[in-house]
Amino acid sequence: MRFGFSSRPLDFDEYRLLRNQLNSQTTGRFERIRRNPERRANMSVDLSAQVEGIKDEYKYGFRDSDADYSFKSGKGLSRRLVEQISEMKGEPDWMRQFRLKALEVFQQKPTPTWGGDLSALNYDDIHYYMKAADRQGKTWDDVPADIKRTFDKLGIPEAERKFLAGVGAQYESEVVYHSLREDLQKKGVIFVDTDTAVREYPDLVREYFATIIPIHDNKFAALNSAVWSGGSFVYIPAGVKVDIPLQAYFRINTENMGQFERTLIIVEEGAQVHYVEGCTAPIYTSESLHSAVVEIVVKKGGRCRYTTIQNWANNIYNLVTKRAVAHEDALMEWVDGNLGSRLTMKYPAVYLVGEGARGEILSIAFAGKGQHQDAGGKVVHAAPNTSSRIISKSISKNGGRASYRGLLKVADGAHGSKSNVVCDALILDSASRSDTYPYIEIDEDDVKIGHEASVSKIGEEQLFYLMSRGLSEAEASTLIVSGFIEPLVKELPMEYAVEMNKLIQLQMEGSVG
Amino acid sequence: MTKTLEIKDLHVAIGGKEILKGVDLTLRQGEIHALMGPNGSGKSTLSYALMGHPSYEVLAGTAELDGENILELEADERAKKGLFLAFQYPTAIPGVTVANFLRHAVTNVRTPDRKEGEDLMPMREFRKELRETMEELGVDGEFARRYLNEGFSGGEKKRAEVLQLAMLRPAFAILDETDSGLDIDAVRLVSEGVNKVAARAGTGVLVITHYQRILNYIKPQFVHILFGGRIVENGGNELVDKLEREGYDWVREKYPDAAVDEDELERRALAESKFAF
Repeated sequence: MRFGFSSRPLDFDEYRLLRNQLNSQTTGRFERIRRNPERRANMSVDLSAQVEGIKDEYKYGFRDSDADYSFKSGKGLSRRLVEQISEMKGEPDWMRQFRLKALEVFQQKPTPTWGGDLSALNYDDIHYYMKAADRQGKTWDDVPADIKRTFDKLGIPEAERKFLAGVGAQYESEVVYHSLREDLQKKGVIFVDTDTAVREYPDLVREYFATIIPIHDNKFAALNSAVWSGGSFVYIPAGVKVDIPLQAYFRINTENMGQFERTLIIVEEGAQVHYVEGCTAPIYTSESLHSAVVEIVVKKGGRCRYTTIQNWANNIYNLVTKRAVAHEDALMEWVDGNLGSRLTMKYPAVYLVGEGARGEILSIAFAGKGQHQDAGGKVVHAAPNTSSRIISKSISKNGGRASYRGLLKVADGAHGSKSNVVCDALILDSASRSDTYPYIEIDEDDVKIGHEASVSKIGEEQLFYLMSRGLSEAEASTLIVSGFIEPLVKELPMEYAVEMNKLIQLQMEGSVG
Repeated sequence: MTKTLEIKDLHVAIGGKEILKGVDLTLRQGEIHALMGPNGSGKSTLSYALMGHPSYEVLAGTAELDGENILELEADERAKKGLFLAFQYPTAIPGVTVANFLRHAVTNVRTPDRKEGEDLMPMREFRKELRETMEELGVDGEFARRYLNEGFSGGEKKRAEVLQLAMLRPAFAILDETDSGLDIDAVRLVSEGVNKVAARAGTGVLVITHYQRILNYIKPQFVHILFGGRIVENGGNELVDKLEREGYDWVREKYPDAAVDEDELERRALAESKFAF
């Protein structure tokens, strides 16, 4: 094998060693030597306020107590419920059969024991389908007032006016609002919710649906396949370039809710799109589940960028399967920001199946108190001269745990392929944890693979330097963290970059800014 | 009103080992002092201890800035009181631009009562001032957009420190070996910047060095020799000349007790530098 390592990859033992070292490290930034015991006492007060803060300050934690549901399933999952969902949606028989088969697969597959701890997840304690509005709005005035208020608070209509080409807004199980700029409609761009797509574009949907992520892929893909509802269907005709982003917004409002949106994006030859999704939910004492499936096809010379700013409340299990196939000379980019949730397990994937295809995964994870972000990426090089880049940045704080889990596979025959994987972790205190699980499988000799991993704690010298210029310890830490994620944030459109920086500040400061 | 920085009987340890053994030194605003001494004499320890690095433990003594003992304060509070340290080895902060960092620093130092999370100095006003200051110091405009000290050459790092000095306009500035690693042109350039800025802001400057050359450009009115963790000689420019001609042997002979301590400090410094390689 001819490896062009920019730095030698760590072998398994080295990783274990590194991990053990990290876990045993006991000196954190809050244990800095302090001369003045009185200040030290103040510090611990500040700290506990911060720890408390994280949970209190989740600013999307409001709920609509009086939301009026036109349908709310009981808790738990059954064949009858799956049939009922399909019936209510008026689906064709193939979709009904698909759902029922998926239910069987879900029931057969064991809950994964790798990744995060799913033992507290109770499948019988979840509402699998909830419909809050009877019909979907084409203008915000069509949306029920209480739901519209929610999206107003989240700033969606405002963002739509300012910088989006189209918006989908999903509340619980159903998409309550959808719009697309008129000129794009005229060019043949389709941006609707997936339920509508099944009705209105059955041939297109059937051609691609579940071809990228089949039912059997994993337990949660099977679950989604059985009870899916909502999500976006995007079709960009050949040669059409959508210059500003389409956005979908997902909101869970009810306790013990399961949200299972299903998104399918097809980018035809030479076409281009940027799709953005955002997610929030109120804070409840018991858990909710978000388990989406996102499938993307990028054809010859097409480009697709999919950006996620996930900011679920800290009681959401976020178990999502995302996968894209990139054909000849196509480019697929995942930009994945994970700030909230109790546990996120999400590894956006790109299968490079055409010569010259490129894949990029940029991932930021921020794990605060009681959170585990098990995130990363997966790239399969299945054609010659393909290239990929994975950049992962994780931050853990206040006992949070951030893991990078990645797979890089180069198939036999994918000669001339190049890949570079960089994972950087920043640990803010000794209670927090970071792990790296990189899996690399290379079945081809003629490839160039680079892998770098770094783990750092906020350095005392960096803090001192900034503090000597008048920045408080908290401000200095925030600045260091925002610098750490800067390479990713600058990939975001301006508005999201600003939002991301605000979210990071909120997580760091523990006080409403 | 002219402020004073008055250091009295300062004893400082690092890692449990006492380095400074009773330093007395008084600076007034507008004055330029040079602190000279051999390697390991405790020069950098003095600058870090005054700025409040958490690894430096103050065993005894006080440092009063305008009557208040700053040794009890955190580094950021000392900066807000008007103290500045130009680092010998400035730290890189990846991903944070010089401009963004300076806007935070300037806001904090100029509005010390500002609460966290409150607005920074208005962007337009800040940019204008930064641009003018950079022009004045002959710093390339591109500099503001670079990540702080990341990939900076030795000369660029020192110029970045002077730029910060200019923007923060402190009452007192300590320049810790600002000439080290610079060629003579760079020393001149950096020195001219310091002179301009200090004169305008009325900054009291403490130039820490063990070479004479920076003192050709920043002319001290007061010269002190730090030896064995204490200041053994106070004088004027004639001390610089004498050290340049004769080295430290005469100091060693004149202060045999300090020489014992100095030898130990130098052995220690040598051992640490070996360890570092």
